[in-house]
Formats: sequence, C-alpha cells, structure tokens
Amino acid sequence: MQIPALSIKKVSHNFGDFKALDKVSLEIKPGDFTVLLGLNGAGKTTLYSLITRLYNNNSGSIEIYGYNVRSQSVNALKHIGVVFQQPTLDLDLSVSENLNYHSSLHGISKLDASEKIIKEITRIKMDDQLKKKVRSLSGGQRRRVEIARALIHEPKLLLLDEPTVGLDIGSRQLILNHVKTLCKKNKLAVLWATHLIDEIDKGEKVVIIDKGKVLDSGDVEKIVKKTKTKNIREAFNKLVGIKT
Amino acid sequence: MSLIIYLRCFNGIVLREALRFVHQKERFFSALVRPLVWLGIFAAGFRSVLGVSIIPPYETYIPYEVYIAPGLIAMIQLFNGMQSSLSMVYDREMGSMKTMLVSPIPRWFLLVSKLLAGVFVSILQVYAFLIIASLWDIIPPVSGYITILPALIISGLMLGSLGMFLSSAIKQLENFAGVMNFVIFPMFFASSALYPLWKIEETSEWLYYVCFYNPFTYAVESIRFSLYSQINIEYSIGIIIFTLIFLFLSILGYDPSRGNLQKKAGK
Repeated sequence: MQIPALSIKKVSHNFGDFKALDKVSLEIKPGDFTVLLGLNGAGKTTLYSLITRLYNNNSGSIEIYGYNVRSQSVNALKHIGVVFQQPTLDLDLSVSENLNYHSSLHGISKLDASEKIIKEITRIKMDDQLKKKVRSLSGGQRRRVEIARALIHEPKLLLLDEPTVGLDIGSRQLILNHVKTLCKKNKLAVLWATHLIDEIDKGEKVVIIDKGKVLDSGDVEKIVKKTKTKNIREAFNKLVGIKT
Repeated sequence: MSLIIYLRCFNGIVLREALRFVHQKERFFSALVRPLVWLGIFAAGFRSVLGVSIIPPYETYIPYEVYIAPGLIAMIQLFNGMQSSLSMVYDREMGSMKTMLVSPIPRWFLLVSKLLAGVFVSILQVYAFLIIASLWDIIPPVSGYITILPALIISGLMLGSLGMFLSSAIKQLENFAGVMNFVIFPMFFASSALYPLWKIEETSEWLYYVCFYNPFTYAVESIRFSLYSQINIEYSIGIIIFTLIFLFLSILGYDPSRGNLQKKAGK
C-alpha cells in the first residue's frame, strides 16, 4: 500500500470560542495536485499552520509520508516545502543570500546548495537575477523565488497558501503552470490553497472547505456530478451557499 | 540528525545576521552613537558631581568616564538584544520568521543559534566602542580585551534571551514601544551602570535591593571585572543563573505546544 504524502484525520482547532477547523480530514497521494478551495477565512491558513507545525494540533492527527507532525516533527518537516500566503523573503538580502540561508536551515552543504540553487533558479528562468536584492524584484518574481526556495531541499510535498494573491494574470498563469509541471515531472505532491476557482483545471482533485469544515472532496467531475451542477464554480457556490 | 547539519544551520543563521548587519550600516552607527553620547556628554557633565571612590576591580581613584564604560558596554548589548527581539516581532508579523520555524531542525536549536548570532553582532559593536573609547583614556590592560570576551558572550546571551522571551509575549509590533519604557530604562537606571550600588544604598535601602537583584547589574559587573582580567564569583554565578532562566523562558515562549505562540494560536 502506498504511503500518503499527506494524511489529515479529524483535525479541529479553536481560536478562543471560534472554531477555525472542525474535524478536517483529507489525504493526498504522491504526485497529486490537490486544490484546497475556500473563501477567505475558511480555515485554509490555519490548516497550513498546523501541517507545518507553526501551531500544534491538539486533536486528530497529521502525517507527512507516515511521520506524525507532532511526535516526529524532524522527519515530517524534512519532506515539505512551503510557500506562505505572506511574502517571507528577506528584502534586504539578495536572491542568492536568501536561498543560501534557506539551504542552511535544512543542513545542506554550501557546495550542494550552490548546485541546487542554480538548478531551481534556472528552472524559473531567473538565473540572471541571483545577485539582485529581493527588494528590487516584482511581486511575481518574488513569488517565483519563493517557490524555488521551497524546492531547494527537494521536498516530496509542496504546500502553497494562496501563492498567486495580488499578482497579475500573466504572473499567476506562469506560477500555476510551473507548479503543475513540477507535479507531473517530479511526482511532487502539491496542496494548493486558493479562493480563485479559475485556477482549477478538469481532472484535478479539489477539497472544498468552508467555515472550518470540509464540504466535499474528490475529482472536479465527481463533485460537479454529485452536486448536479454544470461546472466547479456552480458546485462550489451551491456547497458554500452563495446565491448567484 | 548529524552534528554537521546542526553546524551548517548555525553557520547559516549567523551569516544571515552578519549580512543584515552589514546591509544596515545605520544600525551599527546608531548602536555606537548612543553610548558615545553618554560618554562624551553625560559623563563630562557629571564627572564633577559624582565622585567615585576606590572600589573593586579598580585599584585607584578613577575618572567617571572609566567607571561608566562597562555600563555603556552592557547598554550596547541591552539595546542589541532588544533590537533583535524587535526584529523577531517584525519578522513574525511580516512572515519571514515562519521560514525558520518550519525548518526540520529542532526549534530550541534555531532559537539559540539566532541568539548567538545576535551576540556575535553585539560583540563587534562593543569592540568598535572600546576602540573609540580609548580617545577618552578608557584603556584597560591589554589582557582585558581578551578576558572580557566570555563575559560579553554570557551577558549578550542573557540580554538576548530576555529580549527573545519578550518578543514571544508581545502580540503586536506597536506594543514594542512599551518595552522601552517598562524594561530598558528601568533596567538601565536601576543598576550599577551609572553609579556604584553603595551610593544608592546611602539614599534608599529598598532601591539598593532592586538594583542589586537587577539582572542588568550582573551583566555590568561581570563586564567590569573581566575588563580588568578579574572574576567576581558572585556576579559570574548570578549572570549564569539569569541566563539559564531567560533562555528557558524564551524557548518555552516559542514552543508550539506550550508557549506564548500556542496561546495566541488557540486550541
């Protein structure tokens, strides 16, 4: 039996009296591109914070390639690359300095890091920008550098939390295509959180989340058929209760 | 996880702090200007008002500038510790702290590495200050420049871990101004940095005890004795105990299951 890249079982989380997540369960297989679709405030970022152990989950379990995030965090976190919703690059450092810093946080030697940095930065076609300060890059370029950074330590699971927010259509498409290509070529499992329905293609797996609950999950076609709608937009609106 | 991985991680964190320091030259100069203002202006005005008798480690009467120099060195480290904690609150709010916290390396190691990186930067500032302070005839014995180093490391760690603990407890960047009023100034003034403790005892006994048990006094006195290649056991033990307490609290503050981050994160 294949070990899931990510397995979340009955995870709940409260902020005081507010229930941010309510018995959330989902599973991602290696090589899957899964979209976590939900409106702002649905609980996507809270879920990411629990998966990456920024916060501890106090109920349910989260496993990455079979390693429990809470009790086997070193092995679990080794397998993930993360692109957060907020930009997290150090603006005062160059692209190369930022990437080297990330490599050291994963214990990669300088020699290995140089090779991996060149490989990733070339893949996003920004090898001529290595010496540039991050502050001088555009929003789309910064995002691409963050994706390159998340891949330097060769993770098997990539988590992206609304990575295209605030970007123009061209940059959005570029980033989305880049990640989808990586997923297909490298068998990388991806969890892509978004509230933008047009980022979902036919045949992809979707998890619809609202008010901390998973409303439905599965292939786009399956959800559309189940909700008796014409497309994923209508299905989402119906499940979440948006009247059009 | 092997030792070499920890070492690479430590090197990376120190290098990043050093690069930030190099890129922010104004931070270096402002860190130097503050104690130099105290040395050049405050000490000049108060040298005739505040007479300093012969107290260990000094073997003769000393000018006031010489007396306050260790206090100003500790002040550099205090402000550096608070500056580091301010940047941690900023990094946490802006998100860049997350990249460090999701590393597979244990969190306590990441935090101690970040602390040591801050101490390294503060030591560079202290030596730059000592070079300039020689213009005021503050010239300790040559061996003092070496023997001060362990005291600087431990006092830097103590003040840095205090700052780190505060950063874990502060919810928003805006609240940091309160730290200035309620931590830095009381710590600095209620210590032996500007006046010997016996002078305070003559005025107020309870204030004397406040100053005596102030961790900053232990930093100042450890630096003062080590600058003259001497060790004061009482202050040395005291500063180690305070360092361990603050370090424990700061690691606890950033622990995802028990600390202040978890309290903010909810349940």
